[in-house]
Amino acid sequence: MSVVFDEKINQTLGDERLQLAIYTATARLMDKRKHALEGDNLPEYQELRDCAKALKKHTIDNLDHYLEQLESNVVAHGGKVVFCSDAAEVSDFVLKLAKERGARLIVKSKSMTTEEIDLNERLEHHNLEAVETDLGEYILQLAHERPYHIVAPALHKTRYQVADLFEEKLGVPNETVIEKQTMIARRVLREKFLAADIGISGANFLIADSGAVVLVENEGNARLSTSAPKIHIAVAGIEKLIPRARDLAVFLKLLGRSATGQPLTVYTSFLSGPRRGEEIDGPGEFYLVLLDNGRTKLLQDPGKRESLYCIRCGACLNHCPVYRKIGGHSFPWVYSGPIGAIITPQFMGLNHEPGLPFASSLCGACAEVCPVKIDIPKILLELRADITAAKERSGEGGMERMAFRAFAWIMRHPKVYEMAGRVASLLAPASSSGWLRKVPAIMNIPPVRAWLSQRDLPAPPQQSFRQQWRTRVPRTDSR
Amino acid sequence: MSRELILDKVRRALGRTKGQPPPPLPPARICVPQTDVESRVACMLAKVEALAGKTFLAATLAEAAAYTASVVNGRDAVASNAPFLRECGVTALPGVRTGVTDRLALRELCATCAVGITSADYALADTGTLVMLSSGREARMISLLPPTHIAIVPRERILSGLDELLSVLPLPAEQTSSMVLITGPSRTADIEQILVRGVHGPGEIHVVVV
Amino acid sequence: MAKRVSLFVTCVVDQIFPKVGLAMADVVERAGFDIDFPEAQTCCGQPAFNSGYREDARQVALHFLDVFAKSEHVIVPSGSCTSMITHHFAEMFANDAANLARVRALEARVHEFSRFLIEVAKVEDVGARLDDVVTYHDSCHALRELKIKEGPRRLLSRVRGLELREMDAAEECCGFGGTFSVKFAEVSGGMARSKIDSIVRTGARTVVSIDSSCLMQLQGALSRAGLPVRTMHLAEVLANR
Repeated sequence: MSVVFDEKINQTLGDERLQLAIYTATARLMDKRKHALEGDNLPEYQELRDCAKALKKHTIDNLDHYLEQLESNVVAHGGKVVFCSDAAEVSDFVLKLAKERGARLIVKSKSMTTEEIDLNERLEHHNLEAVETDLGEYILQLAHERPYHIVAPALHKTRYQVADLFEEKLGVPNETVIEKQTMIARRVLREKFLAADIGISGANFLIADSGAVVLVENEGNARLSTSAPKIHIAVAGIEKLIPRARDLAVFLKLLGRSATGQPLTVYTSFLSGPRRGEEIDGPGEFYLVLLDNGRTKLLQDPGKRESLYCIRCGACLNHCPVYRKIGGHSFPWVYSGPIGAIITPQFMGLNHEPGLPFASSLCGACAEVCPVKIDIPKILLELRADITAAKERSGEGGMERMAFRAFAWIMRHPKVYEMAGRVASLLAPASSSGWLRKVPAIMNIPPVRAWLSQRDLPAPPQQSFRQQWRTRVPRTDSR
Repeated sequence: MSRELILDKVRRALGRTKGQPPPPLPPARICVPQTDVESRVACMLAKVEALAGKTFLAATLAEAAAYTASVVNGRDAVASNAPFLRECGVTALPGVRTGVTDRLALRELCATCAVGITSADYALADTGTLVMLSSGREARMISLLPPTHIAIVPRERILSGLDELLSVLPLPAEQTSSMVLITGPSRTADIEQILVRGVHGPGEIHVVVV
Repeated sequence: MAKRVSLFVTCVVDQIFPKVGLAMADVVERAGFDIDFPEAQTCCGQPAFNSGYREDARQVALHFLDVFAKSEHVIVPSGSCTSMITHHFAEMFANDAANLARVRALEARVHEFSRFLIEVAKVEDVGARLDDVVTYHDSCHALRELKIKEGPRRLLSRVRGLELREMDAAEECCGFGGTFSVKFAEVSGGMARSKIDSIVRTGARTVVSIDSSCLMQLQGALSRAGLPVRTMHLAEVLANR
C-alpha cells in the first residue's frame, strides 16, 4: 500500500468529529434502507434483485446491440449521440459546442461520471463557468473537494463549515441555520439556472428502446439543469443501459430504497431528445455523450464484468465497516467504498493503489445489500490475486511471497507444522491471563507488531490440540 | 470519431460480431394489482400527506377551484394550458395567468409567480406520485419554478403505481420529450442529513383530487 | 453402531485455542458420534487465498482433500474455514476437472459445528449449563456465505442458566479479516472497538461466536481495553455442564 493511502486513513481515523459524522450519516442511511425494505414494504425485494441482475447481465453481455438501439432511438427523437473514449474527448466536444453557440455559463446536475473525468476543471480551464447545482456538490465545488460519498457527497461537512464557506466564497453573512443556508444556495443557483446556456447532467439509466436518459433526484436541480437552458448534454458511461422503459419497474424500486430508503425519489425525469412540436419548454438541442474511459477494459474479464452492473445507490458504502472508518476521501479515486475498491483498479490500473483491494475484511455486507447483487468480495479476491501476480512479474513483494510459499510448504508437512507450533510456544512468555501485551524481540516481527499496536495477542498454549488429543480419553457419559 | 472504435472494443471484449442479435431478453417484470378507484384515491392522498404534501378531495370542479383560490390567496399564480384546469374554472381565478406558449415568456412568469397550477397526466397511488408529460398543455417549468405547486387531478387518472403506468405507457418517449414523476415537495438532506424542503423546486405541494 | 465423524479443528484452534477443539469433541461424542482426528491435517489455505496467493492456497487445499478423502463427515469449529472449503475450493479448481470432482465429492460432507448439530445430529439440547449473560456475534462468513443465523441461537437457547442478550451490531464485522488485521491494523482495531461498544451496551459478560479468529480479535481488543468481558466459542458453552 502507498504512504498516501495510509496517511489519509490515519488522518480520518484520528479526526473524532469526522468519525462521528460518517457514523451518523451512514447509520441513518442504513436505517432508512432497512425500513423501506422490511416486512410488507417490499415483499418482492429479493425477486427484484434477481430480475435486476439478470437484466443487467443480459444488457452488458450484449452491450453493442443495445448501444446501437439506444443511438438510433435518440436520433429518431431529434437528439445526437457522441461516443467519447476519454475525458479529453468529452471536454473537447463540450468546448467546441460552447464556442459554436457562444455559451459561457454551464449548470451541472450531480454526476459521478463527470467527476470521474474532471469535467469542471477542464471547462474552467477554457474560461467556461461550470456550476454544480446539487446542494452537496455545490458546497464541494466551493471547497474544491471531491465527493465524499456517491449519494451524499458532502456528508463530512458540518453546518459551521458550510457557514464559513458561504461567507468566504459568496460574501454572505455567516449563517449556521441549515434551512437558511439552503435558501442562500437556492437564491444563488436560481440565477445561474436562468442565465445558463448549457445544462449538463449525468444519467442514472439509459433506456435503449426509448433513446431516453433517466435522472433521479430530490432537489429539482437536475430538472432545472435539463429544462431551463437551450442545450442539454447528458454524459453517461456506456454501462448505464437497460433495455426497456418497462424495466424501470424493477430498477426504480430498488434504487431509491437502497440509496435513501425512498420508494421513489422526489423527481424521476425520463428525457428523450429536445422539446418537440407543441411542447412549450425544454431544451432546443439534446446531446447524449456515451463515455468509455476504460469501461471496455472491464468488459473483457467475464469474472469481473459484473462490476459494471452498479447503479450507484451507495448502499455498499453505508454498510461497509471499512468505509465507515476511513471515509470517502481516503479512497484513491472518485468512487469510494466497496464499489470504488473494485472498479478503481480496473479503470485506473492495478498500480494506481495496489493496497486498495486489500483494505477489506471481506465481511460481505456490501454484497448482501447490493440491489444488483454484485459479488464484491469475490471480485476483491480476484483483484488480490491479479495484484500478487503482477508483483511477481515485476519482481516486487518478494518477502510476502516467500512467506506464503513457506506457509504452503509447512501446511503440506504436518510434522514441520507441529514443530513450528512447539517452537512458537517455547518462545512465547508465560501469561496468567493468556494474553500478551508485548513479546520478546525474537517474536517481534512486523505482523506481530501491527497486531499488538491495537490488541493483545493470545499466548500460545503449552500444548497444541493435536498434542492433547493423543492423551485424551473419549467421553462416554451420555447426554 | 470514437464511435466505431468503442463499439468495436465492446464487441471484441464480449466476443460478439457486428449486427449479431442478442439472445431473448428476460420478460419485463410488470405486476399490476387489482384495485378500485376509492382505494387508489385514499392511498394517493395518504402517501402525499406522508411526504408532507397537502391534499384536498374535491367533490366537484367548483370545490377544486375554491380550494385552489384559497391557496393562491391573492398571490400571483401561473396555470398550465390543460383543458381540465379551464373546466374547473381555475384559470379564471383572480391573479392566475394562463395560456402562455412562448418558452422564455413562460419561464419569466414562472420565475416570479408564487404558485404554479397544473393538472397531471397520471398519478401513482402507491407512492403518491404525479406524472407529468411535457406538451402544449403542460409545460415543465410550472411545476418547477414557483415555490408552491398545486396539481388538480381527475380521480380516474390515478393508477395503482409505477407498474401500471409502464403498462399503459410502455414507451413514454413516443409521446413526449419529458416525462417527470413528482413524489412530494423538493427536498435535500445534504447538510448534516437535516431535511430541508424547497431547495430548487417547490417546497409546498398541493394535490387536489376531483 | 455410532456414526463416525472426523474433526478438522483448523490451524487457529489447533495451535492457539486447543480447548475449543476439545470442547467440540466432547459435545459431538455426547451426541453419540465416534470421532477421529486425522493427524495429517493442518489448514484450509484461506490465509494464502485471501492474500492473493492462489497457487499456494491450491497446494494447501490439495493436502486437505488428501487428508479427508475417506471421511464420512468433517466437522469444523469455524464458519470461515468451512466456507473456504465449501465455497472457495471449487473456485480455485474451476479449471481442473479432476480435482474439482474431488472438491464436489467432499464439500457436502463438510459441516460447520453448529450446523452439524442441528442438521446432521438433529440435536438442539446437548445438556449444557452455563449461568451467564451472553451475547452472540455473527461471524461474517458464517452469516453471509453459509447463511447461519438462527442455529447457534437455538442451541444457546437450550443451555440451562444462560440468558442471551442481542447486541445492536450483531451482524457487524469484528474487523479481523485475516491479514487485513495487520495490513490495516488501525482500521481493524477501530472496527473491533466499535463492535466492543455494542457488546458492552448489552451488559453481557460473555461474547459467544462460532469462529475462534473473530474471538481472538475481540478478546485481544477487550483485554487491551481492560474490559471484564470474556469470549467463548459456542463449543465451549455447549460442553459446559
